[in-house]
Amino acid sequence: MPKNPEIKKVLVIGSGPIVIGQAAEFDYAGTQACRSLKEEGMEVVLLNSNPATIMTDKDIADRVYIEPLTVEVVEQLILKEKPDSVLPTLGGQAGLNLAMELEEKGFLKENNVRLIGTTAETIKKAEDRQEFKDTMEKIGEPVAASKVVTTVQDGVEFTNTIGYPVVLRPAYTLGGSGGGIANNEYELREILENGLRLSRVGEVLVERCIAGWKEIEYEVMRDSAGNCITVCNMENIDPVGVHTGDSIVVAPSQTLGDKEYQMLRTSALNIITELGITGGCNVQYALHPESFEYCVIEVNPRVSRSSALASKATGYPIAKVAAKIALGYTLDEIKNAITGKTYASFEPMLDYCVVKIPRLPFDKFISAKRTLTTQMKATGEVMSICNNFEGALMKAIRSLEQHVDSLMSYDFSHLSSEELLEELKIVDDRRIWKIAEAIRQGIPQEEIHKITQIDLWFIDKIAILVEMEEKLRNEELTEELLTEAKRLEFPDYIIGNLNGKTEEEVKALRKEYNITAAYKMVDTCAAEFAAETPYYYSVYGGENEAAETKDKKKVLVLGSGPIRIGQGIEFDFCSVHCTWAFSKEGYETIIINNNPETVSTDFDIADKLYFEPLTPEDVENVVNVEKPDGAVVQFGGQTAIKLTEALIKMGVKILGTSAENVDAAEDRELFDGILEQCRIPRPKGHTVFTAEEAKKAAAELGYPVLVRPSYVLGGQGMQIAVNDEDVEEYIGIINQIAQEHPILVDKYLVGKEIEVDAVCDGEDILIPGIMEHIERAGIHSGDSISVYPAQTISATAKETIAEYTRRLAKALHVVGMINIQFIVCGEEVYVIEVNPRSSRTVPYISKVTGIPIVPLATKVILGHKLKDLGYTPGLQPEAKHIAIKMPVFSFEKIRGADISLGPEMKSTGECLGIATTFNEALYKAFLGAGVKLPKHKNMIITVRDEDKPDVIEIAHRFEALGYKIYATRSTAKVLKENGVKVIRTNKLEQPSPNLMDLILGHKIDLIIDTPPQGVEHSKDGFLIRRNAIETGVNVLTSLDTAAALVTSLENTDLHNLTLIDIATIDNV
Amino acid sequence: MKAFLILEDGHVFTGTSIGSTREVISEIVFNTSMTGYLEVMTDPSYAGQAVCMTYPLIGNYGICYEDQESARPWIDGYIVRELSRIPSNFRSVDSIWHYLEKHDIPGIAGIDTRALTKILREKGTMNGMITVNENYDLDEIIPRLKAYTTGKVVEKVTCREKEVLKGSGPKVALLDLGAKRNIAKSLNERGCQVTVYPAHTSAEEILKTNPDGIMLSNGPGDPKECGSIIQEVKKLYDSQVPIFAICLGHQLMALATGGDTHKMKYGHRGGNHPVKDLQTGRVYISSQNHGYVVDADSLEAKKIAKPAFVNVNDGTNEGLAYEGKNIFTVQFHPEACPGPQDSSYLFDRFMEMMGGTK
Repeated sequence: MPKNPEIKKVLVIGSGPIVIGQAAEFDYAGTQACRSLKEEGMEVVLLNSNPATIMTDKDIADRVYIEPLTVEVVEQLILKEKPDSVLPTLGGQAGLNLAMELEEKGFLKENNVRLIGTTAETIKKAEDRQEFKDTMEKIGEPVAASKVVTTVQDGVEFTNTIGYPVVLRPAYTLGGSGGGIANNEYELREILENGLRLSRVGEVLVERCIAGWKEIEYEVMRDSAGNCITVCNMENIDPVGVHTGDSIVVAPSQTLGDKEYQMLRTSALNIITELGITGGCNVQYALHPESFEYCVIEVNPRVSRSSALASKATGYPIAKVAAKIALGYTLDEIKNAITGKTYASFEPMLDYCVVKIPRLPFDKFISAKRTLTTQMKATGEVMSICNNFEGALMKAIRSLEQHVDSLMSYDFSHLSSEELLEELKIVDDRRIWKIAEAIRQGIPQEEIHKITQIDLWFIDKIAILVEMEEKLRNEELTEELLTEAKRLEFPDYIIGNLNGKTEEEVKALRKEYNITAAYKMVDTCAAEFAAETPYYYSVYGGENEAAETKDKKKVLVLGSGPIRIGQGIEFDFCSVHCTWAFSKEGYETIIINNNPETVSTDFDIADKLYFEPLTPEDVENVVNVEKPDGAVVQFGGQTAIKLTEALIKMGVKILGTSAENVDAAEDRELFDGILEQCRIPRPKGHTVFTAEEAKKAAAELGYPVLVRPSYVLGGQGMQIAVNDEDVEEYIGIINQIAQEHPILVDKYLVGKEIEVDAVCDGEDILIPGIMEHIERAGIHSGDSISVYPAQTISATAKETIAEYTRRLAKALHVVGMINIQFIVCGEEVYVIEVNPRSSRTVPYISKVTGIPIVPLATKVILGHKLKDLGYTPGLQPEAKHIAIKMPVFSFEKIRGADISLGPEMKSTGECLGIATTFNEALYKAFLGAGVKLPKHKNMIITVRDEDKPDVIEIAHRFEALGYKIYATRSTAKVLKENGVKVIRTNKLEQPSPNLMDLILGHKIDLIIDTPPQGVEHSKDGFLIRRNAIETGVNVLTSLDTAAALVTSLENTDLHNLTLIDIATIDNV
Repeated sequence: MKAFLILEDGHVFTGTSIGSTREVISEIVFNTSMTGYLEVMTDPSYAGQAVCMTYPLIGNYGICYEDQESARPWIDGYIVRELSRIPSNFRSVDSIWHYLEKHDIPGIAGIDTRALTKILREKGTMNGMITVNENYDLDEIIPRLKAYTTGKVVEKVTCREKEVLKGSGPKVALLDLGAKRNIAKSLNERGCQVTVYPAHTSAEEILKTNPDGIMLSNGPGDPKECGSIIQEVKKLYDSQVPIFAICLGHQLMALATGGDTHKMKYGHRGGNHPVKDLQTGRVYISSQNHGYVVDADSLEAKKIAKPAFVNVNDGTNEGLAYEGKNIFTVQFHPEACPGPQDSSYLFDRFMEMMGGTK
C-alpha cells in the first residue's frame, strides 16, 4: 500500500524534558522519524519543550515549537499550524498521554486532525489496565491475576484473595512511577496510596507477583496491511521484579530454546494484531523458569527505550520504519537502509551478543537507597556488542564511567560467606559484583542461583570471568592465556595488574603475538547479505572488516557516553552537529560512542560508527585501524575531554584548542596566572590537600567558602561550608574517592551568576548572548533557571563580560568553544569557572539566538575565520524575545535522595520557556517543568533565618494571589509581624496536626523550604521535602526561584500564550 | 584438540575439535537461526552438509530430545563460534558436547564463523573438510573436495517402513523424502490420520489406499537426483487427490510437471525470510532451508502452475498453485521448528482442500 496522499502536514509531539524513565531515546526516535517524514515530502511541525534535543532543530523539522507540553498548548498549536495529522507515538508516554486527552475531548475530530501511527482505541486497549486485561483474555494471552483498584481498601481486599506478595502498577505513569512490590498489608497501603495519587486516572493495578520469573521482551512491528515482524527479543539478566530500565539486558535471549522463543514471538504477534497497532510496539513477558507458563506483563504501543535499544542492537531503524508505516506504507515496500538490498519486512539475525547496563545515579544521590525495584531509577544506559557474552559484559561495565572496569571494581572481599549470602538477597546495582565475589569465595553457583533467581547460564559466565582473573593472577602470561583474556575483553592494564606487568608490557606482548582488535559489522542479517552501512563493534580473534579509507580527510568525534546527571543529551546534540559540520566540510566522520539512546549512535549520522567503550585502549584500537587525521574532544563533554591526553599519546592530532590550554583552564595555578595576566578578578581561593590546610584557607578567606575537588563534572563534590566542621566533613567525602587532584577552597560570593558560551577562531570571538541565572551563585548552574538575555545586570557589566570573555579566549588560545561562568556583584565582574569546551547551554542558546554555534565552532576549528563566515565578532545583538531554561528534576523516582539544591547538580533535564515578555517566558518555563499552579491555593513556608527578611515580600505576593499560607513557628512569627496572614503549624516532632499531615492531606500546592547553609544535621527538612516530592507537591528550596514563580503567576494571562516558531529565529 | 576446516577454495580455518574427531568431507552451508540448533541438526534436509551456525553462542539451553525433528542428527559436521560450557534450561537432559560425541558428529569450534559465512556468501556454497590432522596436505585434499558430490541422500534419510499416526480426520499419505517430524505432527494435531511412506513407495501403492490428501515432505540434496521419485510424483499429480508439498516436495512436483530447478549461490537457511502470499498480499516470516530453487517462469508460461509465494528479499519463487488442480506447494517450512510459526495456516488451507475436518 503506498503512502496516504491525504497526509501532508504532520505534527510530531516530543517527550519533553529528560527525566528518569523518559530520556534521550525519544530524541533519537523523534529525530529519526522526522527525517523519515521529510524524506517523504511531509511538512513537519514539531512540538517539544526540551531545547537540548536534536529533534527541535530547524534542520530536522519545518516548524519548531519549544513550548510546554500541555493540552492547551497543543490545541493552540493545532489551530495555528493546522496540521492534517498528529503522530503521537514517538514522544514516549508524555506524547501519548497528550494525544489521548485531545482525542477524548473530541478536539482532534473537531479540527479534522487524524491520529496517525496508532488509534486512540489502540492506545486505550494497551494502556488502560482493565481494557488491556480484557483484550488479553479475549485472545487467550495469559496475564497475572490482577485487579484495577481505585481505593486502598479495594486493593487490600483483592490482595487477600490472591495472596502476598503483589505488584502495584499505577495506570498512565512513566518509568513505573509510584509502583512497587508489597509483601504485607503495611507496604501495600503505603505504595498503593502513593500510586493512586500519581496515576493520571487514579487507578492502580494490583497483580499477582511473578518476581523471579525470566523477564523477556519482544520488539514488534506491524503495518496497516497486517504484516508483522519481530525486530528482536531481549532477556533481562535480572528476573522479574527489577524495572527493565534498571536491568542488565542481553539481546537476543540466551537461555530460551526455540520452543520458548517462538511461543513468545507468536504471542507478541497475536497481541500487536489484536491491538491493531500500526508501527512499533514493545511486549514484555514473564516466563516461568521451569515451565512453558508465561504472563504478558505490559505492552507499550509506541517507540520506547527498549525499541531504541533494539534498533541499536540489531541495526533495524524502528522509528524510521514506524514513521513510514504511519504514512501508509507496508513493510515490504520499505527498504532496509542497512543492507540497501532487502526490505523492512524481515527479521534481523544477530551474529553477536549485546549487553545493556543501566547508568544509575547513586553517585549523585549518596543518601538514596540503591535497591532496584519496579520503579525505574536509571538516568541512562550503555550498550556493548561482542561475539561472546563475557566480552560484551566487560565492555559494557567499562563503558559506564563509574570507576568500574571489571568484576573486581566493587570490593566485597571483606564479607564472610554468610554475609555475602545475605548481601545477595539485596537487589541493587552492585549485584553482579557480589555474585563474582561469591564465586571467588567458592559459594556454589546453584546456591547463588537460588537466592538471586538469575539464570545459571549467566552466573556461569560470571564464573568464567572470575576464573580468568585467577589464571591471570597465578599463571604465566602465555600467548594462549593472553589471547583468551582479550577474547573475554580484559583491558591491558587489568591483565597487567593481575599478572604483575605494566600496561605497556602487556601491549608489547600483544604486539609480539599479533593479538589485535578486529571490527565486525552490525548488518541486521548475520552476513547473509552484503551491508552498506559501516556500523562496527570490536572482537578479538577474527577477521577485521573495517578498512582504512583514504580518499578523504578523516576526523574522529568522541561521544559523551551514557546520560547521567551533569552530562546529558546536550553533549549528544553537540557531537551530532559537529559530525554533520565536518561532513559538510568534506571530511569523513567517525563516531565512537556507547549510548544506545542517542542520535549520535544512529547508523547514518557519521560515515562510520564504532559502538565501543570510551576508554583509552578501546579508542586506540579504533585509531589503529582508522588512522584519523585528527580528533575533536570539545563536544563530547568531560568524557571526551578526559581522553585528550591518551589521544595525544597515540599520535592523534587534537583539533581546536590544544590540550595544554585545556589543562591551563582546569589547573588552578596555571589558571590563576592567566587571570592575573588578563587582569581579570576571581573570588579569592586556595589550593589545598588536607582538612587542616582547608580550614586555614577558610579562616583567611572568611566563611562561607566553596569546597570542591579540581577536575569536576557537574559540580560533583562541591559544597558550601559555613564552618570548620563542614570543611572537615566535605574534605572527608572528597577523599573517599581516590583523588590525584588537589582540592579547591574559594571565597563564596553572593551575586548574580552569569554564563556565556562563545566561539573563538584564535583572533576574534563571537558571543551569541549572555545568560543570567535566577538563583544566586551557590546553586549549580545546571540546576539554575537561566535567562537569555540577561535582565538585571547593567550594560557596563555586559561589556565587561564580553571583554573578559575575549581576553580569556585569547589567552587560552581557544579555537572552537569556550564556556565561562561569572559572578556579578554590582558592577564588579568575577570569573568563577572556564571550560574550553562545549557546554550544557549550547543547544539552548543556539536555538534561541538562531546562531548555529556548533557548526560555527567546527568551521573555526578547521581554520575558517568568523569574519569570513558572515559574522561580526563580539557580543551579538540581543534577540527580541526572552528565553528561559528551566531545570527539571526526577526526585520522586529516587527514594531517599535529598532534593535541596546546592553546588552539586541534581537535575536530569531541562525545558524552555520562550515569549516576548519575561513573565510569560517564565510562566511557560515553569509550566513546561510540570509546575502546575494553582490547584488548592495552599502553601507552606519554612525558611532558614538568613532568608526570613527576604521571604516577607514573597509571602505578601502569594497572599495577594489568594494563597493561604501555612508556616512553622519562627517563619510564622516573622510573617505575622510583617502583616502576612499566616496559619502557624506544628513542626514534625510536634503533635498532629503538623506539617506532615498537611502535606499528606493533598491540599498543598507549593512548599518553600530553604535548608540551612552548610551541613544540614536536622532530619526534619529532609523528611518534609521527601514526603512533599513523593506526594507530588512542588518544593522550592531557593527564594530566588520562589520569587520568579510568583512573578510569573502575577503577570501572565494563563489562557493566552503566544507560540513562537523557533525555526523562524534568524540572527543574520 | 585442534581442528581444521579446509574449504575447496583453499581457505583454512583453525579451531578446536568438538564432537567426533572423525574426518569428514561435506558441503558447507550456513544457517542464521539464533535458536533451534537441535532442530537444525536433526532436520534430514541437512544430510550431506556440514552446517555453520552464524549465531555465535550455541548450546546455551542444552539438548531436549523431544525437540528433535527426526530420530537422530543428520548433519555431516558442525561449525560454531562457541559451545556453551554448561547447558541451562529446565527441559535440558543433555549437553550439546555430549550429543555430538554420542552421534559421532565431527565439528569445529572457535573459528570466525562470520568470516566463513562471508566467503560462502561471496563465492557460493562449496565443499569442505573438517579434520584434526595437523599435517593436512592441501594439494591432496583440494582435488578431493572439488570432486565430492552429495549424491543421492534421500535414500539415506527416508524411513524404512511405513508408519501410521492415528487420527479421526482426513487420511493423509505423507511421502517421507526426509521429513521433519513436525509436518506429520502438524497434520495429526489437526485430526488427520497420517501414514508416512518411504520415499520410494510407488504412486499406485499410495493411491490404492484412497487418501484424502497427499503430503510431499522436505528433504535433502539436489532434486534432480530423485529421478524415479519424480516419475511417481507425476502420477500423484495426475490423480485427483489434493496435494500439499514442502521444500524438496515442492521442487519434485515442479520437475514432475515440466518445470526446472537450479542450485542457488548460497541458498536460504534460517528463520527470518519474508515470503509474500501473492493471493492476499500478506508477508510472512518463514523458516527456510534450501539450496535449490524452482524456476517458476516455464510452469507459468505453460499455464501449469502460478506463483503463489515469492521471496521478498530476492524475488525467488517460494510457492506454486497448480492450475486446474487441487495442488499447492511451498519452498519454505510452514512446520517451522525451528523458526516462526507464521505460515502454519497453510496446514489449515490443506485441510480445507481435503474437505475440512471430518
